[in-house]
Amino acid sequence: MAERRPNPWRRFLARPNTDPVKSVGIAALVAATCGLAVSVTAVVLRPIQQENRLAARAGQMTAMLEGVPGIAELLPRGGVETFVVDLAEGRISDTDPVDFDQDAAAADPARSTALPPAADLAAIGRRENESLVWMVREGDRPVLVILPVRGAGYQSTIRAYLALEGDLNTVAAFTVYDQAETPGLGSRVADPAFGAGWVGKRIADDSGIAIDITPGAQGPYEVEAISGASVTGYGAIDMVHFWMGPEGFGPFLENLREGTAWR
Amino acid sequence: MALRQLSDPLIDKNPVAVHILGICSALAVTTSMSTALTMSVALTVVVTLSAGIISAIRAHIPGQIRIIVQLTIIASLVIVADQLLQAFAWEMSQRLTVFVSLIATNCIVLGRTEAYAMHNPPVPSMIDAFGNGLGYSLVLMVVAAIRELLGAGTLFGAQVLIPQAEGGWFVPLRLMLLAPSAFIILGLMVWALHAARPRLAEAREFALRESEKEARP
Repeated sequence: MAERRPNPWRRFLARPNTDPVKSVGIAALVAATCGLAVSVTAVVLRPIQQENRLAARAGQMTAMLEGVPGIAELLPRGGVETFVVDLAEGRISDTDPVDFDQDAAAADPARSTALPPAADLAAIGRRENESLVWMVREGDRPVLVILPVRGAGYQSTIRAYLALEGDLNTVAAFTVYDQAETPGLGSRVADPAFGAGWVGKRIADDSGIAIDITPGAQGPYEVEAISGASVTGYGAIDMVHFWMGPEGFGPFLENLREGTAWR
Repeated sequence: MALRQLSDPLIDKNPVAVHILGICSALAVTTSMSTALTMSVALTVVVTLSAGIISAIRAHIPGQIRIIVQLTIIASLVIVADQLLQAFAWEMSQRLTVFVSLIATNCIVLGRTEAYAMHNPPVPSMIDAFGNGLGYSLVLMVVAAIRELLGAGTLFGAQVLIPQAEGGWFVPLRLMLLAPSAFIILGLMVWALHAARPRLAEAREFALRESEKEARP
């Protein structure tokens, strides 16, 4: 008479460690348990992390706005409005800005456009079809337009906010919020001192986009360069050329001037 | 016994200064004491928990796949720790960037689980791992204290030495905030430790070959 067999779990554990079934079984068990733990943590914590991320960007935006003269007193009434802009068409899109994830759009082939190398001044490869834009308005007239711009620097993608005054040509502020350039050299692109070099500069003259970066900057179309980080500086200026141009916010800014940005 | 397990890794068997393990992160996060402290806590928690878990299932980890099983457990704990930091200490996680995730590749963690937790019951394993975490933390905190004090004149962000720019006498040593200074400080620490405890000096594994005298014509 065979004795009563123990349950399958005990039989599994009782197998020798050299047994292939046990190896595969333990590997699967460990993988499943760890996978579960990681997934649960990630899903449970995602809303909090998202909040942190948005708060960090909003903080940066507020800090930038506070530095713009004449804006602080406008903020309490109305404040900053967020829009999604269809870049090709140059008009405010119907997409809800609340859950619009621009980074995801830029990575999604269905929601972005490949750029021909000749037009790709910012060296970003693909450009999202829609972009976030922030505006401070007085009546129907925009007094401050904030555009997110990004482009290749020396060794990383530089992401920045470019704030334009009501004439849509004068830089009110330029703040880099994400970069991984050479510490101590290119990383100074994120310093307030570099941003200060942009304030009051003009983007375009009568013949087109004219802003440039140079050491010993003079006049309204030249931004002071960072010594020892020429490539980073060129990257910053090139991305402004791209995003202000026809492939970037050019059509939108044109419509905004004409008052036809809303459909 | 348990006390020795805790105190040994602090000085005599310090994982960083004696075994020269985990110095990559030790160099990277020691520019300020607050990042060093966060990193220390994260590593200590991860190494203690992974030692406990691995020790608890050690009898059933097949020898051929033990390293990958250990790594899976360690990596999962590291991801959980990283996610927690991102949720509840956002600014700190931004300053630590990739180094919390790199705890998974930290030799101290895998070293303790492979060398100790695989062969010992959970409680001693966790004490041993905790001791090693403390040893790592001690080195990090000392290096960070020196770098932050001399580099920025602050400790935990509080101004201790007033820099010249603000009317004090102290001239911040910018070198201290760059990676080479961590190498220098760590090197001096290792040297001081070996000088104080001569028995830590290892015997040469092989002698250098005497260079033969060149025949001159």
